[in-house]
Amino acid sequence: MKSVVKQETQAVNGDEAVALAVKQADVDVVAAYPITPQTIIVEKFSEYVSNGEVDTEYVCTESEHSAMAACLAASATGARVFTASASAGLALMHEMLFVTSGCRAPVVMAIANRALSAPLNIHGDHSDAMAERDSGWIQIYAENAQEVYDSVIQAFRIAEHLDVQLPVMIGLDGFTLSHTLENVQILTDDTVRGFVKTRQFPVVLTHDGKTFPFRLDPEAPMTMGPVAYPNYYFEFKRQQEEAMKNAMNVIQQINDEYAQLTGRTYGDGLIEQYRLEDAEITVVCLGSTAGTVKAVIDELRETGIKAGLLRIRTYRPFPAVAIAKALGKVKAVAVMDRSMSFGGRGGAVFHEVRHALYDLPTRPYVVNYIYGLGGRDTSPTQIKRVFEDLRKIVQTKRVEDLVHYLGLRE
Amino acid sequence: MNSKDKSWKEISPAGVCWKSSKTYLTGDWKSFTPDRDVKKCTKCLLCTIYCPDAVIHWNAEKDDIEFDMNFCKGCGICANECPTKAIVMKIA
Repeated sequence: MKSVVKQETQAVNGDEAVALAVKQADVDVVAAYPITPQTIIVEKFSEYVSNGEVDTEYVCTESEHSAMAACLAASATGARVFTASASAGLALMHEMLFVTSGCRAPVVMAIANRALSAPLNIHGDHSDAMAERDSGWIQIYAENAQEVYDSVIQAFRIAEHLDVQLPVMIGLDGFTLSHTLENVQILTDDTVRGFVKTRQFPVVLTHDGKTFPFRLDPEAPMTMGPVAYPNYYFEFKRQQEEAMKNAMNVIQQINDEYAQLTGRTYGDGLIEQYRLEDAEITVVCLGSTAGTVKAVIDELRETGIKAGLLRIRTYRPFPAVAIAKALGKVKAVAVMDRSMSFGGRGGAVFHEVRHALYDLPTRPYVVNYIYGLGGRDTSPTQIKRVFEDLRKIVQTKRVEDLVHYLGLRE
Repeated sequence: MNSKDKSWKEISPAGVCWKSSKTYLTGDWKSFTPDRDVKKCTKCLLCTIYCPDAVIHWNAEKDDIEFDMNFCKGCGICANECPTKAIVMKIA
């Protein structure tokens, strides 16, 4: 095994792993409003501030809308900025999410993914982040607390990369990851500082034909995000799409660099393939459910069933080409959605994975499983049933129901 | 849109302005335009203070106020505030 940097095993939950990563990443400003199941992140981080363990400016805001407004403003001045939210809090940020990505502010935010009301529910699903998939933020969904820690550190490099300059959301499943204690390998402060470096700025053309680093500075004034009329608005949106395209390469580069440093890698940074090379039936999912699916695959492989997993780690930018390549030889695919797109004939992940496979010369059968809403547990037995359904589809060459509800009482 | 508009590859990100607001003439937005009766005007200069676009200036050489109509949006605040009703708004 390659030599990697010194690390220390600590028992932390997902939220604490986030706070630790932020503490080590030399963050200038944290502006946040607590909400379950994210609360531990901001509680833990305010402890660090109170104890003088960090010199971060901590802003207690009166709402999540204000929290994101403060983060955007701080980021625009050149600060490295972090915040965290979930569910209704993220929904309240909705307007500011677009302003932040539109202003190309590389804010990093952890989302302890939780259901949306009504009825009120504080438990895990992906409804909150999926509702923000078109907000111009990069979205990464982690499988375990270790990946949460690693992804937050990587997120600053991705967001602040000169070819990207976009905000990043790291999703950790509410309670399943946010509140569950795991052994996590923690890097030294110096290693993290060395990896995240200091924030860099592209040079931009400002008024009167002058060029300055892209940040608000009284000595070098510029106007960011003012009104753009129909003759220019479209052009700015096209730039954001280009940045997303660039992020696809940058996320892979950062994943490689991080792997060399720590010995840990998450697929290619975009997707992770598990026993997929010769798989005939495959599950596609995001987040912590991948752990359960892997355990089921190992069991099924013992009995000779060629089952595999494709975990989408980066959902925005959506790695459509990589997904098509990975699933090109598979016979049947079950896409799992932990949120609903009401009236949409299946969930968001299903729509996009199916779209990614459309141009393949031979397309696999693709069906959808909505699961785990409002924190409902998804057992290995249920995952086995999904693989069983896929086997039946391959045998009969027939799809009876396109969209299934896994673990729902009928 | 016209042929002088830049492509998305040529402009700064995040709507950063690459031109000064002085070159963006907002005077053509107006539906109404101020019309001053010099006989009624006492040169009290209240209009120079109230104008939200700093369109009305004191010109010492002329010993009079002057309007920069390149930036007058025709809001009518000057007419409303004028104590002698020297300014009235007319169709532009």
